[in-house]
Amino acid sequence: MTKNIRLGLGVLVGLLLLRNLYVILFNLPDEMEQGPIYRIFYYHLPAFFAAIVCYITALVASSLYLMKKNLRYDAIAMAATEVGLAFAAVNLITGMIWGRISWGIWWAWDARLTWALICWLVYFGYLMLRQAIDDPTERAKNSAVLSIFAFVSVAITYKAIEWWRTQHPGPVLSIRTGQQLIDPVMENMLYMNFLALATLAVLMVIIRLNQEEMQRQIDGLRRRAHAI
Amino acid sequence: MVFLQIAAKDLRSELRTKESLNASLSFAVVILLLFSFAFDPSSEAVAEFSGGLLWLVFAFAGALILNRSFARELPNDCLEVLIASPVSGAQLFLGKTIASFVLLLIIEVICLPIFGIFYDITWLPQALPLLGIFALGTWGMTVLGTLFSALTVNLSLRELMLPMLLYPLMLPALMAAMRLTTILLAGNAIGGGDIVWLRLLIGFDIIFTALSLALVETILVR
Repeated sequence: MTKNIRLGLGVLVGLLLLRNLYVILFNLPDEMEQGPIYRIFYYHLPAFFAAIVCYITALVASSLYLMKKNLRYDAIAMAATEVGLAFAAVNLITGMIWGRISWGIWWAWDARLTWALICWLVYFGYLMLRQAIDDPTERAKNSAVLSIFAFVSVAITYKAIEWWRTQHPGPVLSIRTGQQLIDPVMENMLYMNFLALATLAVLMVIIRLNQEEMQRQIDGLRRRAHAI
Repeated sequence: MVFLQIAAKDLRSELRTKESLNASLSFAVVILLLFSFAFDPSSEAVAEFSGGLLWLVFAFAGALILNRSFARELPNDCLEVLIASPVSGAQLFLGKTIASFVLLLIIEVICLPIFGIFYDITWLPQALPLLGIFALGTWGMTVLGTLFSALTVNLSLRELMLPMLLYPLMLPALMAAMRLTTILLAGNAIGGGDIVWLRLLIGFDIIFTALSLALVETILVR
């Protein structure tokens, strides 16, 4: 049953990504000032939002673990963080490529970029901490606490373009600014690709959770084999 | 007021052995020395990033002090006894934070004149506001660091894990403290647009103290 859900979701994500790629490359016009490179935004921004959704999931799952002590929530927090890190890496790398073309440099030490990097390092530290603890309950408890602390850096990253005067472009989406700053067709495409990447994130989290479940079963079998 | 007794116990045992105090102080001086090779120490530009240099030294020295905060209790299972005692997790945490805070502040107060001599920085006229910023920045560092010290105390890689977790998360406080210290060391007063950094520093201290006090019990109970 879950295998069918995974397969169905996989096909859906594949088709959606292909369709979006086609529209981005062939149907949408170049941007007036930036030319063709602006197309990278269709991956840069949705990847950031997908990462934020993952981090929020990790925060909620970690808080639930601390309240209910169910290791299932810990597995969800871990899977969501891993997937979130992958999307945050896509966000950082696409941003760097865009920066190289538009600013002439790969990296500018402005607040948004720096905070996005800090955020990545903080969650990487979370995974390192998990690796360093052997006992499952101890690991779940300590990493849940760290995940709650780590979320502060996500909140700062999100607000960085408002709090500091940055080189990074300001908010463009009409739901955040209340004004139509970019063409509605382009904005809709951003939402469409967010949908595709967010579904991909959900699929990846499900696969990761499945792997974790299998790992638990293997560990259980191994323990039984040792006992015999 | 049990937390004060815990703080006094930690300070007493540290002052008797001077284990982390000596290590951390000599480490701080070594870093101050190393900086002189990274750039021209006689250049006037040093004043522009003096706050940054000083806080890097404090952050490195702080990691050594904070690593010992809970690790000190590991021999003879002292930590287990402390956790099993009727002292609440929050009291224990607060006591340990205060002890690390005092130790780190001692190191900072010793490092400042050495820094002033090495890099020709005048700090005396702004000594009081500087001490205020040191106290605020150090509290932020120790509150977060003591929590992570509890989080990593049972790990074999704790000396590595603590800075790895602490430095990125304490950056808002570090950034604000660096900025404000640079302003003060340049002989200026904090005012106008710089108040935002002071607010950030105080806000960081309040938020993380509250969050740590709320969550420390969960970490300590096994």
